[in-house]
Amino acid sequence: MSENVVIDRIQKEVDENPVVLFMKGTPMFPQCGFSAAVVQVLSEAGVKFKGIDVLTDPSLREGIKQYSNWPTIPQLYIKGEFVGGCDIVREMYASGELEQVLDEKDVPRVA
Amino acid sequence: MTVAETITRKLSEALAPSEIQVVDDSARHAGHSGARPGGETHFNVTLVAAAFAGKSRLERQRLVHAILSDELAGPVHALSLRLIAPDEAGRPAP
Repeated sequence: MSENVVIDRIQKEVDENPVVLFMKGTPMFPQCGFSAAVVQVLSEAGVKFKGIDVLTDPSLREGIKQYSNWPTIPQLYIKGEFVGGCDIVREMYASGELEQVLDEKDVPRVA
Repeated sequence: MTVAETITRKLSEALAPSEIQVVDDSARHAGHSGARPGGETHFNVTLVAAAFAGKSRLERQRLVHAILSDELAGPVHALSLRLIAPDEAGRPAP
């Protein structure tokens, strides 16, 4: 895939899905501890999300870093907005900010 | 100079932190993608610096990413950051 095609694909995923996690592996089988940690936070928070495995496509793995100007994976997006990686998501969950953002953006949760 | 020393030097010069801790966490990731036999691929960094005051979490991490862009493009596979402004130090971890 050319660079623009990848960026367009990322944009589409982020536009069409309320919560998107670009990660290594899948939500069921994360291939990296940092991705696994974010999956766990989202599960605990009761958030339904789409996990996109960057390991399936090297151009996606590089493209997502350019898209957000962020050098590492995982990357969490809520309603089109880049939230952060593992450190930020964990800190925000611990402080209650993540719930706040989810409420503000009207993201449904399951108990 | 080891990667850990380079990270410490660059962050110290750029941010003049009042506290800095750079821990090579590579051993915990041994054997999985990105790990190398000599370690020095996964780091945990804690910094207390005035430069973080008034900045969001994203802005703080972007600042550190920019200072360490060569390392992130090269040997460093994972970088876990705790970035604290001086007036936040001593509070429980955010």
